[in-house]
Amino acid sequence: MRILAAAALALFSASAVAPRRAAAPATREQTADQQIRHALNRLTFGPRPGDYEAVRAIGLDAWIDRQLHPERIDDRAADDFIRSHFPATQFSPAQAIAAFPIVTQAALAARSDTAAVPAVRRRGRELVGQLAAERVTRAEITERQLNEVMTDFWLNHFNVFAGKGPLERYFLGDYENTVIRPRALGRFRDLLGAVAKSPAMLFYLDNWESVRDSTRPALDDGTGAARRRAALDRILVGRDSMRRAIARRRPTGLNENYGRELLELHTLGVEGGYTQADVINAARALTGWSIDRPRVDARFVFRPAMHDAGGKTVLGHALAAGRGIGDGEELLDILARDPHTARFIATQLVRRFVSDSAPVALVDRAAATFRRTDGDIREVVRTIVTSDEFFSRAAYRAKVKAPFELVVSALRAVGAEPDTTPRTAQVVARLGAPIYGHQAPNGYPETGDAWINTGAILNRINFGLALAGGRLPGARTGAWPGAVMLAAAPHDSQVDGVIHAFLGGEASPDTRRILLAGINPLAGTSDSMPAVQPRGALARLVGLALGAPEFQRR
Amino acid sequence: MNRRVFMRAGAMSLVTMGLNPAFLRRAAFARPAATAPRGKVLICLFQRGAADALNIVVPHGAPEYYRLRPGIAIPPPAANGAIDLDGFFGLHPSLAPLKPLWDRGLLAPVHAVGSPSSTRSHFDAQDYMETGTPDRKGTPDGWLNRCLAVRGTCAECARPTPFEAVALTPVTPRILEGPAPSVAMGSLDEFTVRATGSDVQRLEALYRTGSADLIHGTGAETFDAVRMLKSANPQQYQPANGASYPGSPFGRSLRQIAQLIKADVGLEIAFADVGGWDTHVQQGGVTGQLANRLADFAQAVAALVTDLGDRMGDVVIVTMSEFGRMAAQNGTGGTDHGHAGALFVIGGPVVGRKVHGRWPGLAREQLYEGRDLALTTDFRTVFSELLVRHLGVSDLRTIFPDFDPGHARLGLLGA
Repeated sequence: MRILAAAALALFSASAVAPRRAAAPATREQTADQQIRHALNRLTFGPRPGDYEAVRAIGLDAWIDRQLHPERIDDRAADDFIRSHFPATQFSPAQAIAAFPIVTQAALAARSDTAAVPAVRRRGRELVGQLAAERVTRAEITERQLNEVMTDFWLNHFNVFAGKGPLERYFLGDYENTVIRPRALGRFRDLLGAVAKSPAMLFYLDNWESVRDSTRPALDDGTGAARRRAALDRILVGRDSMRRAIARRRPTGLNENYGRELLELHTLGVEGGYTQADVINAARALTGWSIDRPRVDARFVFRPAMHDAGGKTVLGHALAAGRGIGDGEELLDILARDPHTARFIATQLVRRFVSDSAPVALVDRAAATFRRTDGDIREVVRTIVTSDEFFSRAAYRAKVKAPFELVVSALRAVGAEPDTTPRTAQVVARLGAPIYGHQAPNGYPETGDAWINTGAILNRINFGLALAGGRLPGARTGAWPGAVMLAAAPHDSQVDGVIHAFLGGEASPDTRRILLAGINPLAGTSDSMPAVQPRGALARLVGLALGAPEFQRR
Repeated sequence: MNRRVFMRAGAMSLVTMGLNPAFLRRAAFARPAATAPRGKVLICLFQRGAADALNIVVPHGAPEYYRLRPGIAIPPPAANGAIDLDGFFGLHPSLAPLKPLWDRGLLAPVHAVGSPSSTRSHFDAQDYMETGTPDRKGTPDGWLNRCLAVRGTCAECARPTPFEAVALTPVTPRILEGPAPSVAMGSLDEFTVRATGSDVQRLEALYRTGSADLIHGTGAETFDAVRMLKSANPQQYQPANGASYPGSPFGRSLRQIAQLIKADVGLEIAFADVGGWDTHVQQGGVTGQLANRLADFAQAVAALVTDLGDRMGDVVIVTMSEFGRMAAQNGTGGTDHGHAGALFVIGGPVVGRKVHGRWPGLAREQLYEGRDLALTTDFRTVFSELLVRHLGVSDLRTIFPDFDPGHARLGLLGA
């Protein structure tokens, strides 16, 4: 009966947001029980003890709607925890630069007090360490789980790299907390604009240094080339000796990096029907979008002297000559409304939430929602996570967890105390996905095959063993509520309890048999495991479950 | 002994031990046969931070060199400075351990080599050198990974192996990123399941039973690989021929590369990196900061060559750094970011006892942008020669797209 009701509700809500349905399975194929587990695995970083029962109590569709409105969810506990344990992550660029002096090889080598150098280096690493640890911890403890999943999605979509030059790290907290997270379920154009003006992206993809070619007209034409040149020089060189020491260079022309990735990775997609001329003209439109005082407080600034004020055509739209910042704003408008963008973003989201193969019919509907709502991300996500494809049998446990997802899901599954050290974030790096550590602008891969190779599986298994063995800060199997209940239970009850808690209650008969295979499954081995305490045995079971193939999926 | 036969025998012994590795079974049908000859090893060593080429391979015959660097130049050989190579170039004295390799014809420095990109950003330049696509960001994979993909996998010898490409780094480096499998590990002893006996067996059973999907299949291979490495017994390793590796992280990395090669696990591409080359301040001359770096570097490389002994006949080592440093010293006794640099190619097949590459000169009008050593050899020219002549790659188009070496062959490797 409950299944029927849920299915009826699903049909109702899905048709309400997506009136033009393409051919799709008529109903949710998953059982009511599977739907809840599935939603918890996709809309959150994995179920905590008690989550399943909580979702069942308020009803799946009501719970999904609640997650789609993070502003209605009280998250003060998580915010307070982050503020008190990772204060530097909340710093503005100015505060971060003041608190963590810019560290360069040159500055270190120049110090006369060489004994202090290791401490300075540690201090230099501490900022990125806090930022990475905060990402793990917030994902573990926030009640706004879907918003955090989307924050992770957009931080990857609009990837930046902490190791880009000496400055990027100071802009990351600002990027995450003021640019991405507040807009994760907002409007795409708003998000795109905030990213375009963020010091983090301007620095990472070099747009802050992109200058009109000397053959192109400047905005203040008529005031004299010498004066323009002098203004440019004042801006671009000699602000401080450090900058000169790091890079004896001066921007000498157009830098296409951001223009290209804006089209290829951020909006239209590589098949987005644009040309090399569009890339160049997009970059021209964005000249002058720069950073004021990057080593002091790093604010967005539009510099008319750097701007290419000539007329340009982008994707068939003419941008008139003689304009300033309006060129870039209109470019972002054009890109945000281009149907290729709707389709590209829809595909990426379907791939994240549903399956690597991204069913075309669902992409069509999600892209239609994007166009109809002028890029309302919340509604696009709603279309996807209430769809029949989302609740299909094919989608169930079809996704391989990315390293970040694996680690956070394990922490949540055991109910770990949040780690206030960088240790757990370092585990994510060890698994191949250092936080703010992906160098190229394309972000980490979304498909499972990229994450599964010989070395990766070994690291994943060892992570599960380390967590269950209490070798990670905060994560104690003993603190897992199930451990208290199961400590004195017979072995088969322990196995079923572990399967229920960590493997979604649906382990294959083989898995159950192997987990059940007594304390010592292979008779005659010398590994006798004498007199283990019941809790020790349970911890080992948890380690096996976290290392098992089933736990690598969500 | 024929190396390929030796390796096949090695794999057979694994099978007779009852292991029957999954990747051997899969090899029979699942992977493309390749034509490239096997058994050759390419070791890539990245000096991160832009090593100062002019104080490493010292142009002591160029008077401009001493005028540009009055405080940090390496004195000429006659003044007990550089170790002379050919009357014009010499090695930094800290590179003394490499001099015997020069004398034996195993060492080929290449000068004025690097990336044609004008960037002086470490980040961008390392990215370009590892993706093999200068001035093009967003290349998703590294050129060593594309090389793996192009070569395919050897059908007739004891392959595929999980250890075909190994980086001695905690995380897969950019140069090996991509769809072709490779293994990154901080050290060999990390490559094990950290559980007690029966738990390892139960985990293995979990991955061997159940569905024949990606995770289970790769998981089964993982356990084979762990066993394969264990049977090579890396804990008991003793370097041969009296080789003595420095205790530094770089020395440990090279020692482990030697272990993998000698363990016959099918290693063909190895990668390690070493930092500390960004010498803006007080870099020193014959002694000092850079001299200490170079001493560790040379001792580690020399130990690797000594340790590998006759196997160097199948091994080529290539070093690289993202760019060189300014021709002139700066105001703080160091050098700022420059353009072209130098690298070493080392190994049995190498045409040694020769400094390769065209020397562009250090006169002001010969310098790039009036300040840096000019580039006369694209780094892709060097890497292309190694891939073609050593690893038997026949098609470089996907490895170095949009690059045509033309007639720029250096002749680094003998016939």
